[in-house]
Amino acid sequence: MAEKHLTRREFLRTLVLAGASGAAFSLASCTKDERERFFQKHFLEMTDAEKRQMIGRLEETYLKKYGRPFTISTEGAVPRTLWGYGLDLSRCIGCRRCVYGCVKENNLSRHNPQVHWIRVLRLRKGNLVNLEEAEHYYDPPYVPEDGYFYMPVQCQHCENPPCVKVCPVHATWKEPDGLVVVDYNWCIGCRYCIAACPYRGRTFNWAEPKVGQDEWNTSVHYLGNRPRPKNVVDKCTFCVQRVRIGRYPACVEACPTGTRKFGNLLDPDSEIRYLIDHKRVFRLKEDLNTDPKFYYFFAE
Amino acid sequence: MEADTKPRELSEHTNVKLLHAAEALPWCLACHDAKDRDKFHLVTGELVGFTETYRLCGQCHGTNYRDWKAGVHGKRIGYFANGPRTYFLCVNCHNPHDPKFKPLKPEPPPFRPLDKENG
Amino acid sequence: MEAWRFFKKTLRLVVSGGPVYYGWCLFLICIVVVAFRYYLYQLDQGLIATHMRDQVSWGMYIANFTYLVGVAAAAVLLVIPAYVYHFRPIKEIVVLGELWAASSIIMALLFVFVDLGRPDRFWHLIPRFGWLNFPSSLLAWDVLVLNGYLLLNIIVPVYMLVKLYYGKEPNRRLVVPLILVSIPWAVGIHTVTAFLYNGLAARPFWNASILAPRFLASAFCSGPAMVIVMFQVVRRISYIKIEDSALFKIAELIAYAMFLNLFLLAAEAFKEYYSDTIHLASLQYLYWGLNGHRVLVPWIWTALGFNVSAFLLFLIPRTRKWLPTLNLGCLFIITGVWLEKGPGFVLPGFVPSPLGEIYDYVPSQLELFVSFGVWALGLLAFTLFMKVAIPIERGEFTHTGRGRPSTAYAIPDSEAQ
Repeated sequence: MAEKHLTRREFLRTLVLAGASGAAFSLASCTKDERERFFQKHFLEMTDAEKRQMIGRLEETYLKKYGRPFTISTEGAVPRTLWGYGLDLSRCIGCRRCVYGCVKENNLSRHNPQVHWIRVLRLRKGNLVNLEEAEHYYDPPYVPEDGYFYMPVQCQHCENPPCVKVCPVHATWKEPDGLVVVDYNWCIGCRYCIAACPYRGRTFNWAEPKVGQDEWNTSVHYLGNRPRPKNVVDKCTFCVQRVRIGRYPACVEACPTGTRKFGNLLDPDSEIRYLIDHKRVFRLKEDLNTDPKFYYFFAE
Repeated sequence: MEADTKPRELSEHTNVKLLHAAEALPWCLACHDAKDRDKFHLVTGELVGFTETYRLCGQCHGTNYRDWKAGVHGKRIGYFANGPRTYFLCVNCHNPHDPKFKPLKPEPPPFRPLDKENG
Repeated sequence: MEAWRFFKKTLRLVVSGGPVYYGWCLFLICIVVVAFRYYLYQLDQGLIATHMRDQVSWGMYIANFTYLVGVAAAAVLLVIPAYVYHFRPIKEIVVLGELWAASSIIMALLFVFVDLGRPDRFWHLIPRFGWLNFPSSLLAWDVLVLNGYLLLNIIVPVYMLVKLYYGKEPNRRLVVPLILVSIPWAVGIHTVTAFLYNGLAARPFWNASILAPRFLASAFCSGPAMVIVMFQVVRRISYIKIEDSALFKIAELIAYAMFLNLFLLAAEAFKEYYSDTIHLASLQYLYWGLNGHRVLVPWIWTALGFNVSAFLLFLIPRTRKWLPTLNLGCLFIITGVWLEKGPGFVLPGFVPSPLGEIYDYVPSQLELFVSFGVWALGLLAFTLFMKVAIPIERGEFTHTGRGRPSTAYAIPDSEAQ
């Protein structure tokens, strides 16, 4: 009998066969729903029909899982809009109503983990941009405190976002209206974007988000405040579910001192353009060239 | 009516303490009209109602009035487009008799990374 | 069919061994099993089961990943002298070194895998199936070059070993270019890994040009030190000929690499301390503590002590050429570089946070066990590779079944140093 040698072809064939049978076996043991969820495409690659089907599946899932009927919007960017935010540092008193208004509106996990998209810093007067001395956990009986001022920070929606640059799977990108968004069903949870963000704009759902059944806000956007799965990144979206239909973001409405301003940078009559024209605005860490659309200013 | 400029105690509205720029607004009738209690009077003598009080405030607080008209001072909620918007008037936030904001009780600070409520 | 027969034979080889072999493998398997249970708990609960949080979002797993990519790149150090300088005593062990590089890459990739929040979505990283953000994201580059390096370091040794098994000469025109390309590729994997930190303007501790050179310098210390230890084990248990002079040569090269590493550290320290900007904070946190937070301080000074001691031990010919001090130096370097390049590199990058917060990350028990598990898996893989590779190299495991010393790697006594 002739000696048979292990040829390259045989070796490769064995490998491929083993891999294929393994994959086929695991696929066959899933339900159709699980298969659809596993193989869900990137949001930007879906056709409208696929989006509708995906939304239907998600709404069903949310009803089953959370016991409330959700309406998930996939409203696209309004043409000729570029959203900008203004924050009046002469008026913020550090009351954190914006933080918790955002938590309610955006279905953020209340505990284990606690996710806050907005972080209010307390800074000593006389020191503005050196954040090394910032206090995050101030808890006095009343605010504002003497000798301090307050600076809330959230995702700055940069025009040159470092997080978008580094995401290995395109799970985060900048929409045409300037909003930096995340596809929570595409994110692999590597947290490279969190390392890349200079502003603590992005947070991570370290576990399954905990929201009380009657605490859910059921008018949601796919790229915004819909219930998130565990172990993915999320961030302030300038309330994409609100601004694309013309409503002010929740933090703007929650603030009791009129500190927060919002508008369309491309509309010369907007509030945001007025304050850029008339007040001295600056942005955080401008030397990093991220070109944020979050403008801090002092009205007086 | 002749103005009686002697400082004295009020017999009515004793709950109202006027703590608003004592030099500019020494007494009630600086803003309220003496004859028509539902109206205020501007420096020109023109009377304005409760829905136009911002014109009254705007006389002294010109820069804030200008910013408020543009939406940069004060608060607006609702829709900035495609829907109704609610403008807050001056008196919605500022008590004209005692305008200094009282300190608020802040909402709780975030949990620290390893607090038991944070895993 | 032939593939199956070959595979069955290697299986038989792998399950037959002495008590030491069984003991070692069982020990590793136990660690893997325990670690796997912890990992399942992490999958169930979420990454909240670790001590990573928003403030320090990468911890023990990525620290180990960074270290192991450096170790894997060290295969280069063996290949260059052997093939570029024709240093015969090292040539025979190149295959073993490449298999160690493959094991290290497997561990590195596993560390990334256990760190992922959604490992079920790892297919998003595959070009064409998912959407790989190449060339913008350095992690995308890392996925490509690390997997390519793994393929290279599996294909070349497997090819050589299978050829040996059949008693044939490997086709040098096929193999030598692949081996030569693995030199820049090894430099590449570690440069890409350095760049993925380097490119982040948000983290001033990492945003320094010195990162890539420093990574390479420390990689050329830790990897070859492991190889020195490993080859002493290999030659003891398998009687494969590995000359002492090979080990001493590698140690000498490590000394130069460690000098470079220490010099670059001094350069970094000068820049931070002399310029004295707020960006000094991270280095300060690492070496001296910041505002009373001193959790890393004892570890980094231990690392520095180990590194300097190892440098001296390898520099002085007396101590380099004496096995006990050589091995002590190796132990120092392996631990010292791990401390400096793992937690001593990843954690200060996050402290202070972009908004000035300090969080003292300390790994949780779960993270430690999962990390041990990945190391155990890598060592187990390498042990199994060796269990097949060594008999093939020694000519005991061949296609004909007749024990015959292989001629492919034998060095005539007259030439051996």
